[in-house]
Amino acid sequence: MLKRQYVPLLVTVGLFILLFAAGSFRYTGFFSLQVLMNLLIDNSFLLIAAVGMTFVIVSGGIDLSVGSMIALTTMISASLLQQGWPPYIVIPLVLSLGILFGTTLGAMIHYFNIQPFIATLAGMFLARGLCYVISINTITIDNAFYTTMAQTKIRLPGNTFVSISVIIALLVVALGIYVAHYTRFGRNTYAVGGNEQSALLMGLPVARTKIMVYGFSGLCSSLAGVVFTFYMLSGYGLHASGMELDVIAAVVIGGTLLTGGVGFVFGTFFGVMIQGVIQTIISFEGTLSSWWTRIVIGVLLLLFILLQKLLGERRLAERS
Amino acid sequence: MIKHRLFWPLCVLAGLLLFNLIYSPDFFSIKMRDGHLYGSLIDILNFGSPLILVAIGMTLVIATSGIDLSVGSVVAITGAMACLSISRSADQNALMTILIAVASALLLSALLGLWNGLLVAGFGIQPIIATLILMVAGRGIAQLITNGQIITVLSPKYQYIGAGSLFTLPFSIFIVAVMFAAASLLTRKTALGLFIESVGCKPTASRLAGIRSRTVMLAVYMFCGLCAGMAGLILSSNVSSADGNNAGLWYELDAILAVVIGGTSLNGGRFYLTGTLIGALIIQTLTTTIYMVGVPPEITLVVKAVVVLAVCLVQSDKFRGLLRGRGGRGKAGNYPANREVNPHA
Amino acid sequence: MIENEPMLRMTGIHKQFPGVKALSGVNFRLFPGEVHALMGENGAGKSTLIKVLTGVYTIDAGRVDMNGQTIAVHNPQEAKQAGISTVYQEVNLCPNLSVAENIYIGNEPRSLGRIRWKEMNRNAERLLQDRLHLHIDVTRTLQSYSVAVQQLIAIARALSVSAQVLILDEPTSSLDQSEVAQLFKIMRKLKSEGLAILFVTHFLDQVYEISDRITILRNGEFVGEYMAQDLPRIELVAKMIGKELSLLEQLPKQSGEGAERCAEILLEASRLGKRGSIEPFDIRIHKGEIVGIAGLLGSGRTELARLLFGADRADEGHVQLGGYRGMMSSPRQAIDLGIAFCSENRKTEGIIDDLTVRENIILALQATKGWFRAISRKRQDEIAEEYIRLLNINPPAPEQLIRHLSGGNQQKVLLARWLLTEPGLLILDEPTRGIDVGAKAEIQKLVVTLAEKGMSVLFISSELEEVLRVSDRVAIMRDRRKVQEIQGGAARQSEVMQAIAGGEQR
Repeated sequence: MLKRQYVPLLVTVGLFILLFAAGSFRYTGFFSLQVLMNLLIDNSFLLIAAVGMTFVIVSGGIDLSVGSMIALTTMISASLLQQGWPPYIVIPLVLSLGILFGTTLGAMIHYFNIQPFIATLAGMFLARGLCYVISINTITIDNAFYTTMAQTKIRLPGNTFVSISVIIALLVVALGIYVAHYTRFGRNTYAVGGNEQSALLMGLPVARTKIMVYGFSGLCSSLAGVVFTFYMLSGYGLHASGMELDVIAAVVIGGTLLTGGVGFVFGTFFGVMIQGVIQTIISFEGTLSSWWTRIVIGVLLLLFILLQKLLGERRLAERS
Repeated sequence: MIKHRLFWPLCVLAGLLLFNLIYSPDFFSIKMRDGHLYGSLIDILNFGSPLILVAIGMTLVIATSGIDLSVGSVVAITGAMACLSISRSADQNALMTILIAVASALLLSALLGLWNGLLVAGFGIQPIIATLILMVAGRGIAQLITNGQIITVLSPKYQYIGAGSLFTLPFSIFIVAVMFAAASLLTRKTALGLFIESVGCKPTASRLAGIRSRTVMLAVYMFCGLCAGMAGLILSSNVSSADGNNAGLWYELDAILAVVIGGTSLNGGRFYLTGTLIGALIIQTLTTTIYMVGVPPEITLVVKAVVVLAVCLVQSDKFRGLLRGRGGRGKAGNYPANREVNPHA
Repeated sequence: MIENEPMLRMTGIHKQFPGVKALSGVNFRLFPGEVHALMGENGAGKSTLIKVLTGVYTIDAGRVDMNGQTIAVHNPQEAKQAGISTVYQEVNLCPNLSVAENIYIGNEPRSLGRIRWKEMNRNAERLLQDRLHLHIDVTRTLQSYSVAVQQLIAIARALSVSAQVLILDEPTSSLDQSEVAQLFKIMRKLKSEGLAILFVTHFLDQVYEISDRITILRNGEFVGEYMAQDLPRIELVAKMIGKELSLLEQLPKQSGEGAERCAEILLEASRLGKRGSIEPFDIRIHKGEIVGIAGLLGSGRTELARLLFGADRADEGHVQLGGYRGMMSSPRQAIDLGIAFCSENRKTEGIIDDLTVRENIILALQATKGWFRAISRKRQDEIAEEYIRLLNINPPAPEQLIRHLSGGNQQKVLLARWLLTEPGLLILDEPTRGIDVGAKAEIQKLVVTLAEKGMSVLFISSELEEVLRVSDRVAIMRDRRKVQEIQGGAARQSEVMQAIAGGEQR
């Protein structure tokens, strides 16, 4: 029997297949492995950030600082590299900054009872503003390691290739799935999102879990920032502007409940892929313009929120 | 005196103005040129007017313990809508054209607000989530209207809304004054304000007292949409063009910030329109100041972040407890059994 | 039964909250292999005692011994480690997690940090089958099961940590007959395995069906510990309600002129009921009549009132009021038909904390007028002044925020709110709970005066004496059912108490 909690997930995967099939029928050259790979290549940073966001939303929170944190990471990386710092110091440094940033936000949310929306909003302003404190201009990167990372193509069978970033993103997704389903931290995240008071009474470490969730999201966004730096080979304060919305949309389309407690990293993967496919279709269409992406994503958001609402109400009706 | 809720916001505003006065002594000077008044203070009022409008609507939404993330998108959509209908007409400067354009744009903005209201009050979706939909899709819609380009209109009459002046003052100031007065009258001279505060503070108790909370919410979201629509008109008319991508960007955040600085709690309940007005002026003055000092304007964001955090921490009971030297520890307040539970919920 | 050593012994427990003495000198013993019912009305201190035991509160004075050793628990985890597990009335589990997880989360079988799902599911299945006779799919989410099953899963969680003491805090309040029977079967089994069970319920039938021993608390004080078979129901009720001597002045006798006033029927409900909340009931209220509702907490008195007011929707039956016949679909409709309702939850369903006394008073009247026709500020001030004087609200400051007032004065403000709408029927649910004696007397007097002026009142209270003194007629509720009606003048306390207790007298 189909379990109710998997319905949104199935809808997501089905939708992806449907969209991909529709594209393949309509456009020549759409149905190829490389188009699929390009989806991964162009969205690897989104994927990484979305994994972190999935945890935050499952825990019942939200993280608006994702896009700015990506920008800040590109900015710090670029300016340090410009000053001659070696990559093996720069990358661990920005990753630790990401963890620190997220953890601080999480601690404020938990200990001072500030709404996650507002606390991470402040984080978003702060990170974006710090970018401009470093520089208001683009800083290009010509470091050999970064250019190698950007240009290396990993050949795959079937005459296709992916970038190194894709490998990193897929590893993060796999790690996310593992953490979410096979570790205590993951399960505690679901418990806190399901009912925080109950989790507390059940003796679970609510404070630690909540703070770690935001720390994890901070880590993911700074890693996404590193990957984004490989992709853009520059640091700029306007990078990834508004990306938090794309990330949130991807997570919701992936079947995660915005009220917390229900969601799958696996679904988020397909949420990102759906966004990618929509973009690809629109670029193949030629006459359709890019803003249709936003409209379609908005409509999908609406449908998924209504679907979840419906499932939730059916559940209540059945029980009583 | 210190207890008064407007005391601290006014102090901040005064402090900012004082800094400006010291930094640039002619900050307060207002000159008369060609029958118009010029000066930094006038500029602050003029450029701040769209934000004040959006913040007025946002205040009422927040008072019902909701939030409206879509205002920025609504600003872009209405600007685009008005410019599109003007640019399509034969005579861009005909009064009828302008009136139709303005009316249709405002109607659209009210409808968008109604949409948000329906999702929140009708379907019972959390406000943050419900308005997120229009926030995401709205930018796309705005660009759809402008076809991805910046629509420029050649219409002095349309430009008058955002850049014209009346009795030597910018016309937009009058729009703000009218809307502020309308909001104050509507909420304080009718019972709407009482209902909004009641619904925002205790939805269950309000229902039991016979208040139709859904209608109240619908009206409030609609009003918020309308305010955002007016702001959109002022912004687009000021530059005689509509930019679906950038118009009203981050307005939702600035508006929320203005409301919070003004003393209205994000948990709903009591709201203060005057406080919001001061909050919006603080934000605008801050922006102007930073421009004047010559720091890159983007750094305003850092200052805003600090302000948001400071305001939130001041509003947080636990933080205040910490400051008074008795932290929140040891209290069993986190356990559900401790709270007064409603057995019928 | 062998009178062996108690497994748990609480002696001389004191707990004080700001302004309230929640527990003073309470003793409690719990023996292995026994179900011990903890009884008491609202504010008796039952929940405080349980919270002390589970480490949510720390005690001010007294001693807790477990198996002969003094223990001190500071939080729920420590209580659990000591072998004390609690299952709350509202199931405190995570609805979104699977059944197996809900049993084991925080304590999952792991190797190298990886949760062994298969083993966990197997253990959960075995635990549920062996100890609770429950055969369900443990991989489904908790929310896909009924509250009764969730309750059992909560018990399973408690058992999974090898508990010695199991606290069941009103586990039966949302279960139906067969589910209760199932729960009792399991409780008997657990009892025979040597578990000590502390059982809290408001249903007297259930107390006598399952418990071996009964401890009664009243107003935070220890009344006594009895063997269930030695304590007649009527005595139990008498001990719970208490016979507090009245500090109130004698009110005019009701029955005499009541008969004349009660000619015309104001409201009649027939077969009004809601599944899982209250059995269908009939009630008739005459003009100018005070109908009292007596019954213990959880007997369905509040549910009855909420159906009449449309706060909850009935799923069968109808109400006849004036020219209207049908169900009450919303409070708004009820208000328009001239009904007013003061909820027992003054804090969550009554006052609007952020608003002033004046605003709280005019709220319902303004709601009936709609948003546009505002009551002028001058009129508002007059109204507020008038009612503050009339009801003797203290402090007499209309612009004070209502949350700064004492409970009694808040209650008066709510009364003012409803009196202002000039209702035909005023429903008062526990109007005198938690307020001081003076205010209590004032409110009771007011109710009688209002009825004399022709207003009908439905008066709900857990204080029997109060109900009897005020009412013309008393309807008695037991176990979510309206069981009897007694004329107020004729009603004697013992007779009503007998009806509340139910069952045959022992």
